[in-house]
Amino acid sequence: MSSSAAIPGGLPDVVPMRRDPNHLGHHAAGEGESRATGHGTGGPSSKRIVVAYGFWIFLLSDIVMFAAFFAAFAVLRGGTAGGPTGAELFDIANVAIETVLLLLSSFACGVATLALNARRALLFQAAMAVTFLLGAGFLALELREFTDLVARDAGPTRSAFLSAFFTVVGCHGLHVTAGLLWLLTMMAQVFAKGFRPDILRRVMCFSLFWHALDIVWVAVFTVVYLMGSAA
Amino acid sequence: MSQTDDRAHADVAPGDEYAHEEFGSGLRSYLIGLALALLLTAASFWVTHTQVMWAPAIPVALLTFAIAQMGVHLVFFLHLTSGPDNTNNIMALAFGVLIVFLLFGGSVWIMHHMNTNMMAPIEGGVRMPLQKGVPLQPGPGMPMQHGGGGHH
Repeated sequence: MSSSAAIPGGLPDVVPMRRDPNHLGHHAAGEGESRATGHGTGGPSSKRIVVAYGFWIFLLSDIVMFAAFFAAFAVLRGGTAGGPTGAELFDIANVAIETVLLLLSSFACGVATLALNARRALLFQAAMAVTFLLGAGFLALELREFTDLVARDAGPTRSAFLSAFFTVVGCHGLHVTAGLLWLLTMMAQVFAKGFRPDILRRVMCFSLFWHALDIVWVAVFTVVYLMGSAA
Repeated sequence: MSQTDDRAHADVAPGDEYAHEEFGSGLRSYLIGLALALLLTAASFWVTHTQVMWAPAIPVALLTFAIAQMGVHLVFFLHLTSGPDNTNNIMALAFGVLIVFLLFGGSVWIMHHMNTNMMAPIEGGVRMPLQKGVPLQPGPGMPMQHGGGGHH
């Protein structure tokens, strides 16, 4: 909240002579913009941009971690140790419903972002509630699938294939769980504190996180379920 | 808001878009993204169940649909553009994609060759006794190693 005071209220009406986008952390506008080299110009970027960019880097590192799990799954897919294969275990209809739920929750999250930017509190809370319900429905279906697999003696200890399966899908599920807790926190914070700049930044990071989870799920249903059940 | 002024002059944060003060145009972007993503999802699930497609081409089709859908998410949900204000976000993404490609593709490539070149005799259940001077028969699709493989 103190950071917003650091942003100059009225920027000078200077048209930059040359737009250099690679001065991250610095304004592109300002006096002597095109002559200054090395250091950025015009003072530091707003905290909004720095925070979102930093969170973007975190998300990309998170996706790199998922890539390692996907690689493990792809390599261990055939290692069923005489146990059931993906084609025997996976319920593709269930996966399709999960996919639609997560996609719709991503859309609802986008509506919540729009409501936040339009400063419409009621619409924001409603859209976030819908996002939560859809995400919780996704998680419930996934947990039901997991308990069903364990009950059929196809738990993570059964084979290398199932270990890799539970790791990659479970890790995504853990991210969704953390996202749902974060979502509730954001609803409470907007409700209690209003549209403060620091709260806006947190909601922006949350929406990035939620959309990124949907992107990872695209890889999950493609690599794990569809390709895993085809072989 | 002072942030609005700021965005017009400098970099754009990932997930941000210029015109997002207008609720309607923002919603339109999300609706287009939702429709395209649903379409690509349906295509992915359909391809695995149809008999129309040549079976070996199915994984290629699935990968194509998945990459396309990720692109749809990035453009319509995360508002990544090719504009100059997004250069930093795109460069970070490009680096991430490079690492993902090296990690995933490299692992699959290496382990596939390890399997076919080293594990094949065990999985086939046949263990030929090694004879000096008689090179092992290379399996189907297995390239001959330099130095005549199988002597260790």
